[in-house]
Amino acid sequence: MRTRTYKRVYVWELPVRIFHWINVLSITTLAITGFIIADPPAIMSNMEASERFWFGTVRFIHFGTAYIFFFNMILRIYWSFVGNRFSSWKAFIPRDRKMWRNLWHVLKVDIFLGNEKHPDVRNISVGHNTMAALSYVVLFLIALVQVFTGFGLYSSMSGWWLPKLFAWVVPFLGGDFMVRTIHHSATWLFILFTLIHVYLVFYHDWLEGRGEVSSMFGGYKFISRERISKKKVNITNVEMPVETEPDSVN
Amino acid sequence: MATKTEIKETYYESIIKQGYTRRDFMKFATYITAYMGLETSMIAQVAKSLETTYRLPVIWEHYQECTCCSESFIRSDHPIVADIILDKISLDYTLTLMAASGHQAEAAKKATMEKYKGEYILCVEGSVPLGDDGNYCCIAGRSAKDLLLEAAEGAKAIIAWGSCACNGCVQAAYPNPTEATPIHKIIKNKPIIRVPGCPPIGEVMAGIVVHVVAFGRLPELDGLGRPKAFYSKRVHDSCYRRPYYDAGLFAETFDDQNAKEGYCLYKVGCRGPMTYNACGTIKWNNGVSFPIQSGHGCIGCSEEDFWDNGPFYERLTGLAGFGIESSADTIGKVAAGVLAGGLAAHAIAANVSKRKELKDEISKGKQNVKKLDS
Repeated sequence: MRTRTYKRVYVWELPVRIFHWINVLSITTLAITGFIIADPPAIMSNMEASERFWFGTVRFIHFGTAYIFFFNMILRIYWSFVGNRFSSWKAFIPRDRKMWRNLWHVLKVDIFLGNEKHPDVRNISVGHNTMAALSYVVLFLIALVQVFTGFGLYSSMSGWWLPKLFAWVVPFLGGDFMVRTIHHSATWLFILFTLIHVYLVFYHDWLEGRGEVSSMFGGYKFISRERISKKKVNITNVEMPVETEPDSVN
Repeated sequence: MATKTEIKETYYESIIKQGYTRRDFMKFATYITAYMGLETSMIAQVAKSLETTYRLPVIWEHYQECTCCSESFIRSDHPIVADIILDKISLDYTLTLMAASGHQAEAAKKATMEKYKGEYILCVEGSVPLGDDGNYCCIAGRSAKDLLLEAAEGAKAIIAWGSCACNGCVQAAYPNPTEATPIHKIIKNKPIIRVPGCPPIGEVMAGIVVHVVAFGRLPELDGLGRPKAFYSKRVHDSCYRRPYYDAGLFAETFDDQNAKEGYCLYKVGCRGPMTYNACGTIKWNNGVSFPIQSGHGCIGCSEEDFWDNGPFYERLTGLAGFGIESSADTIGKVAAGVLAGGLAAHAIAANVSKRKELKDEISKGKQNVKKLDS
């Protein structure tokens, strides 16, 4: 019985990882402060009202984090044009049969938990699988909804041109009632996404054992040696020697 | 009433004729300039316009409404508003206040529409029912829609008074049996000033009328067609209880100590943070008070569909299509719970379905441990 030989692949570049964790922190902060703003807890003290400003501070954190979330998103969009093939915008839109077949594979094997008689290592995605990529497209659209409704609500309190760009959102949707309801409800979509996302990361890590969880820290994932072409050797990639190695766990 | 024999006169002439002094007139000009949100340097221009502008004929139509807008207008705190702008000089046709009735009144309106075609201002109070051929609101044997289209044809501009004309108000609330429709959804080819509120503040109404007559053009409007001078800020942003909001001091119920202290009514459903109006600054009844000052949250009467946006005394708005009392949070919690259950079930199913694969991998891993150099 032999274990598979794995090779290390640098999948998530540093900017992608930084984006991911800033996104995690800002979404968490936004969701928590958002729920506090929607339904503030009754905090009592014997301080004078003029001495207190905690609710204003919570709102400040919410607005400040919103800007971080927004600019982080802009930088990620930029990176999808200059980053590697796994972070490219091309990885998020199914363009060819291969990607659609991958979607079908993920549906069959990972969602409906079917077993293949002859598993093909090439079905295991190195970066995002097509299903995951589509889920991030959906998340991006929800994030856009939050940006538009959030800045829309914020615009009348701001003197800066950036939030003012979104001032049309409120009249477009008929008023603050509707905008606020959408903004509040979409928060739940982030929570639902996070549940699924985190579960599936653990799921893949557990079943495939390729460092799915740690890849978002170190950037590396591990793939079967067979996946790496022996003919075309990238000379710049010193980590991939051509010779066969003795079987062992790398 | 406008008749063929009437001599054209300016607003100023009418005001003096009514027995007001020049001093009263200047006070009025100052007062209304302030309400319009203009600088003090504009007082002279407003006064001059009123002195030199011939009065604009106004036709004031009443459709599906309760006349609270007219009531609010005639209670505007400066007598000149009621006396001059509304009562004596401006209105050629208004069901509530004119002396004429029946065929006489209709004939007067027709005369004004013909004589001042393209010049008169059409004020509309109330929504227009479109259901059942408009039979739910008929005046002089004709449907409101028919009358509105006719009157709008020759109007220079339209002022939609109140929430009825702006967004349908209570009669357009679900299920809207008469298909009550706001004016801007029927008339597309005329400039429309929307002045929402149930009713709008009398001083706001006067300010808009004076702006139109004094400057001969519409005031600056926002994205929803509302005058920016009065509707650019949320009630919340000009509320005197706002510091309590920032301090995080809220009334939890209407009868607790916090409510007595005058804390923010945010948590008992105040719609101030979502409502654009001038209540916090201009206030009501000659600046005496406004709902929040009287201890009741804003109900958002100048916002679209305010009757359908959930209970007035709850913060969270209900979500349409998910039952009456369900809020976004309830749905979110249920969805998250169901999803978490589903994921747990999936995790168990994955371990069952892929047991061979997992067993294989685990035993390989264990064998490698044995082979480790110590």
